[in-house]
Amino acid sequence: MTNVKTETLIKETASIPEHVIEIKNLSKSFADLDVLKNLSLNLYKGENLVILGKSGSGKSVLIKCIVRLLNPDQGTINVFGKKVSSLKRKELAAMRKKIGFLFQSGALYDSMTIQQNLEFPLKRIKKNLTKKEMNVKIEEVLENVGLTDTLAKMPSELSGGMRKRASLARTIIVDPLIMLYDEPTTGLDPVTSDGISELINKVQEKYKTSSIIITHDIECARATADRIIMLKDGEVYMEGDIDDFENSTDEMITAFFKQQVYQGQKKIKKNG
Amino acid sequence: MHSLNIPLSLQFYKIFMVKIIVPVKKIITKLPDLSKHAIKLSEKTLKETQKANIFFLEAGNFFLFLSHATREAFSRQFEFKEFLRQCYQIGNKTLPLISVTGLIMGLVLTIQSRPVLADFGAVSMLPGMVSLSIIREMGPVITALICAGKIGSGMGAELGSMKVTEQIDAMEVSATNPMRFLVVTRVMAATLMIPILVLYADALGIMGSWAGANIKGSVSFTLFISQAFRVVDFMDFLPAVIKTFFFGATIGIIGCYKGFTAGKGTESVGKAANSAVVMASLLVIIIDLIAVQVTDMLL
Repeated sequence: MTNVKTETLIKETASIPEHVIEIKNLSKSFADLDVLKNLSLNLYKGENLVILGKSGSGKSVLIKCIVRLLNPDQGTINVFGKKVSSLKRKELAAMRKKIGFLFQSGALYDSMTIQQNLEFPLKRIKKNLTKKEMNVKIEEVLENVGLTDTLAKMPSELSGGMRKRASLARTIIVDPLIMLYDEPTTGLDPVTSDGISELINKVQEKYKTSSIIITHDIECARATADRIIMLKDGEVYMEGDIDDFENSTDEMITAFFKQQVYQGQKKIKKNG
Repeated sequence: MHSLNIPLSLQFYKIFMVKIIVPVKKIITKLPDLSKHAIKLSEKTLKETQKANIFFLEAGNFFLFLSHATREAFSRQFEFKEFLRQCYQIGNKTLPLISVTGLIMGLVLTIQSRPVLADFGAVSMLPGMVSLSIIREMGPVITALICAGKIGSGMGAELGSMKVTEQIDAMEVSATNPMRFLVVTRVMAATLMIPILVLYADALGIMGSWAGANIKGSVSFTLFISQAFRVVDFMDFLPAVIKTFFFGATIGIIGCYKGFTAGKGTESVGKAANSAVVMASLLVIIIDLIAVQVTDMLL
């Protein structure tokens, strides 16, 4: 009897997905503006969680709180079971090594070439690599993101899409376990946006990462999401997969989707 | 008696009305205006208080930044390569400007001083006087002001643009300490390089002075130098060199602070660069004043 119970328990435990990030009752405000209000969500191992929302709904603030670029006013964030707010400097640095963060602007270092940009985190995180191993790794990563002939170029010489790819290469070069994408397709044309969305899926498949993708681009969400959470005024408004959202009769959701489709058509017309 | 009383009472009534009631009424009618003044006064007080608050907040933030940078400066993981790169950047980029300025400084000082000294028949004192002025005051201050403009604004703009484009955040999340990598290296490079640039400017200033002395006369370089250094001794050099370390540190820390605390948007990059120059130049002058007073007391 006991054995049966234990077996059932093991089976049940195995079926419960593992939390990679656990956020409970997170609140953050700037002066009088409440950006996040009692927000709770989980990121499970191996999933792509898309967080949708209008500008100013607190999406970017949320992921900046995860890596402690911002400190929340209330609530807890656990990454791999460790409470982020109570980590000491060295522990925080160790946690950040496991997280890749793709910034909205790309955030490539202007004064360095693409090779130096890629070497920068590699030298600090993978200290044991020889120069030769480093070069092999850089070439491999650049090939994965489709940028092979850009090693000696400066970031200012690249197009917006290429810069995003180079930035993604810099993020994945240290083999992160979690990826945080902040508006990965913003400011790009539909074709390049599709390319970036494909790349996000490719990265998840190849590096087995768990990802949070912050976006207001429905197409990007459609292409990448395993699960979607929609934020409104710093709170979770709706959670589900893409079908739940597309079949929703909620006024705000339908308006958001219609607006996105309209903007997409406008973009396509503009870009021919 | 009764007939007399009425006019008296009327008189009293009139006096009462004119002397007391009317002025009181006037005051009462003016009362709303007074309240307006009171509101204006309180608004002004509030604004002034806010200004004072901003000043103290800024001062507090600056000292926090300074203490953080100082703590990181003594960290074991020093970014030596970046420090050397910054030394090269500061030295190499400022060298042409300092060369021209140093040379002209000596030349102009000699040309301007010569007629006055000639009037007193003391032209032979020209090399010593000019050298002393350059070494003790003109060289350090002018070089530091030029560096405040060139290096301070450069640091403010560079770090400001890094802040705006999230490069500093990117550095932080890739487990690199931006304070150690960006600030400590720049401040230390400025602290080391500015005294070297000052000595270089002093040397060129003396060369310029020799050239100036040869415009209306003829003096050999050996004679000029021997006359110059007959007056100057080691204790003229020492305080001047010591204060240049403070100038360098100030220019570095102000440039980095203004860049690091730049707001959002490209406009704030310009503001950071501009305020870095203004603040660094002002502090160079203030430090110079303090250094002169301290030197005067000690020597």
